[in-house]
Amino acid sequence: MSTDTAVQPRGQVNDHQTPVISVRNLWKVFGPNAERVPDSAELAALSRRELRERARCTAAVREVSFDVAPGEVFVVMGLSGSGKSTLVRCLTRLIEPTAGEVVFEGEDILRADKKRLRELRRRKFSMVFQHFGLLPYRTVVDNVGYGLEIRGAGRAERIRRATEVIDLVGLDGYENSYPDQLSGGMQQRVGLARALAGDPDVLFFDEPFSALDPLIRRDMQNEVIRLHRQVGKTMVFITHDLSEALKLGDRILLMRDGNVVQAGTGDELVGAPADDYVRDFVQDVPRADVLTLRWIMRPARDSDQLDGPELGPGVIVRDAVRPVLAADRPVRVVENGELLGVVGHAEVLDIVAGNQAGA
Amino acid sequence: MATTTMTGSSTRTTPRRRITKPLAVVALLALWLVAWTLLRGQDMLELPRATLTDLHHWLNDVNDSVGASRNSSPIFLYFFNEIRAVMDALVTFVQGFIAQPAYGRPVPVLGWLGVVALVSYASWAFANWRVALLAAGGFTLFGLQGLWQESMDTLALTLVAVFVSLLFGIPLGILAGVSDRFHRLITPVLDLMQTMPTFVYLAPLTLVFLIGPASATIATLIYAMPPAIRITAHGIRSVPAPPVEATDSFGATRRQRLTKALLPLSKRTIVLGVNQTIMAALAMVTVAALIDAPGLGKTVIKALQTTDVGTAFNAGVAIVVMAIVLDRVTTAASVRAEQGGGELNPRIRRLLLAGFGLVAAVCSYLSYTYLWASEFPDGGQLGEYLSQGATTVTTWAQHNLADLTAAVKEGVTIALLNPLEALLAESPWWLMGAVIVLLAALIGNLRAAAVAAVCVGLLVGSGLWNASMVTLAMTLVATLLVVTLGVVVGVWMGRSSRADRIIRPVLDAGQTMPAFVYLIPVVALFSVSRFSAIVAGVVYAAPVAIKIVADGVRAIPESTVEAATAAGSNTWQTITKVQLPMARQSLLLATNQGLIYVLSMVVIGGLVGAGALGYEVVAGFSQGQLYGKGLAAGVAIVVLGIMLDRIARAAAQRSDRAPSANQT
Repeated sequence: MSTDTAVQPRGQVNDHQTPVISVRNLWKVFGPNAERVPDSAELAALSRRELRERARCTAAVREVSFDVAPGEVFVVMGLSGSGKSTLVRCLTRLIEPTAGEVVFEGEDILRADKKRLRELRRRKFSMVFQHFGLLPYRTVVDNVGYGLEIRGAGRAERIRRATEVIDLVGLDGYENSYPDQLSGGMQQRVGLARALAGDPDVLFFDEPFSALDPLIRRDMQNEVIRLHRQVGKTMVFITHDLSEALKLGDRILLMRDGNVVQAGTGDELVGAPADDYVRDFVQDVPRADVLTLRWIMRPARDSDQLDGPELGPGVIVRDAVRPVLAADRPVRVVENGELLGVVGHAEVLDIVAGNQAGA
Repeated sequence: MATTTMTGSSTRTTPRRRITKPLAVVALLALWLVAWTLLRGQDMLELPRATLTDLHHWLNDVNDSVGASRNSSPIFLYFFNEIRAVMDALVTFVQGFIAQPAYGRPVPVLGWLGVVALVSYASWAFANWRVALLAAGGFTLFGLQGLWQESMDTLALTLVAVFVSLLFGIPLGILAGVSDRFHRLITPVLDLMQTMPTFVYLAPLTLVFLIGPASATIATLIYAMPPAIRITAHGIRSVPAPPVEATDSFGATRRQRLTKALLPLSKRTIVLGVNQTIMAALAMVTVAALIDAPGLGKTVIKALQTTDVGTAFNAGVAIVVMAIVLDRVTTAASVRAEQGGGELNPRIRRLLLAGFGLVAAVCSYLSYTYLWASEFPDGGQLGEYLSQGATTVTTWAQHNLADLTAAVKEGVTIALLNPLEALLAESPWWLMGAVIVLLAALIGNLRAAAVAAVCVGLLVGSGLWNASMVTLAMTLVATLLVVTLGVVVGVWMGRSSRADRIIRPVLDAGQTMPAFVYLIPVVALFSVSRFSAIVAGVVYAAPVAIKIVADGVRAIPESTVEAATAAGSNTWQTITKVQLPMARQSLLLATNQGLIYVLSMVVIGGLVGAGALGYEVVAGFSQGQLYGKGLAAGVAIVVLGIMLDRIARAAAQRSDRAPSANQT
């Protein structure tokens, strides 16, 4: 896979790396006396509807925990109302979480005072919004330099840095345009440039491409992949679009009603759905594009001729179709010299033809 | 309500409940009529013009004792007198600059040439050259009319009132925009200030601040500040969330959030608030002539008192021109605030700014030094023509249209006003009071009835019950006419974009005009009479009512009207069965607003023969021994206003709830 050259190969986030962001038992409850909900085992166990009737509260995020590794694209996915946008705002406290921990580089953000929090927002984080959030009365270059202006950078430095990132996102020539003179896709490039300008450690994306039409959306997704390779920032990406999640995400967290349903790599979600909800969710995914040989290989049988070609277990099925079909004997799946299993015509064709794995 | 729990099986109770209410109202009215024929003329609580009650005497005494303690009581020495002194100083300063001889000079610091040059320059710098030309032309016109000094007095008072209004209004508005708590606190206060008939607080103000420019300015800024606060707060509150959230996400402080996102994004709305404040101030400054404010308003009042339509018309034209100039300039400035200057290269613009600034400075210097540039040369020619023209037209109208105007006047007076006035004013007060309270309970709710009961008590206590009922009769007739106009013209505008395009600017212009100006043509056509007062009220209130109805009709989803047309409705059916019922909320709002606007013209009506409460207020300003009575009449107008407003609101709420109850 060509896209895997610069970033960590999918599904290979190393456990021994210290996470950049570590979220533990995070809650966000809206409503009167919200704090009592996470504290009470009884209330915490209620369903969304029961909770609204009993306590007139809505739990948007319930006991969510996850780690984001340095340099990875971490996708939070869910349908509208699943709590994903609230979750990402809790991470930078644009929405104040009700309970839990958000540890960023060893520091619990929820304990940070106002000043420290501002400092973090100015230096370490930045965010790209669904509705862009550009200031209509500022030119592109002033919008991009906005974060720098907030943190007190001088005008010359702002313009120098803004021009740099404007080039980076491919908007050179539009520096002195106003946002309403740009198309939606270009406006979001401005949003992207603005987020990159401050050279943050982590970029948060809140459904950044949902308001764009499909072709532009695809362009922008490729743009994010390109930028990720180029600048290597850690990214937390919110989306309701499964194909976007699979395309961009090193790992995906699937949310429903404020709960985590499943967390894992794209092929884990498709290959081993945690429950019927996830299975339903991923059923229309073209499996050959997502699953790797690891998911379709079978143990070698005695009758197999084990002198066929070798492929790694991380190879995506679509890329393995030709070599497998071209060989007149099963392809061996080998990792570090160890034979994990074999893949024959039948296994590949099952997936390409869209049959359920193992069915 | 009980109807909300209704189930399908008991739907038969719906029609019965619905009929009960109107039936009860009709029965009440019938009973009232019967009782009226029997008891007519008893317990009317009439009070002859010169007679005072104990309350009025007491208020006179209060006035006297306040007057006596003005230079001894600490609250006056350290508070009210200080405010008055500051206001006086401000007004005198601006007047000395543009209107009145000052600083040992026989003329103001700036003469006409300087003022025209500076106003045009500022209009060009903040707005565009078109309105700058308008401003130059308008201000030159004041001179040609022979009204230069009066216009500058009006302008000076307006400027001071606007300055102080904005000085407090904008910060308060910003506070109300960012703080929910403050917003909750101040909203009812602003509501009260805006529902109160505006001319009423002139009397209590004079009690504290005497008559003259200071209290005129204070009255004006009380009237002009609420729009500044409200619109600023609204502007801040309606800033879209995404940019503000983005600003927060970059770690902005509260101050940065305000200065870098909230204020720039609400700039246009805030400038609009400035525009509203200026218009309100100008309207009130002319009316404040009642408490001896100098300027154009005074000219109008004096002329009206001697029925000199020509002079009143001349001054009225000046007021309208000033209103138009101020409105257009500030509107253009707000458009520029949003879109930026744009069309000129910034460097050329800077050069032009400096160049024209120099020209304006030279003109100012000339007008400071030379008499020809200071006093408007042989002014008054045009004013003479205007006065004479207006007098000629009036005379012609009175000779040739007399039949028509008399017919309209007599028709309304005999068919509507006289019977209603007889019914209201000649009922015994206890019968009338009971009818009001019961009606409030029937069409409104118990709370409205309680408020009405208290208000009836206060009106009786004011000693002006009979006058209040006469005023009520006139108010109701005027409101009826306003609502009729509102429905007819409003539906027409709502249905036809072309009608809307043509009529709306006329209404807008009518609304920016100070209320005073309406009186002039009305008096010209109908002379001094109760009917003139009613017409003035209708002309003042109709634009608001018409606009509300038009917007209501316009807001009905097109698909609904389309469905009605598809079902084969003719125009009349579409209007009566779809558009009017669906615009019901707007109709109620139009009625309510119409009432309040009509009522706020009552005092003005007193100038042109309304009699009753309006007359008492006006008389109270001019005759010392009637001061207390005038004050009581002012309070009675407020009480009437509160009573009608509460009943109308309760009725609106009730009819609002009815359909939702039906849907369940």
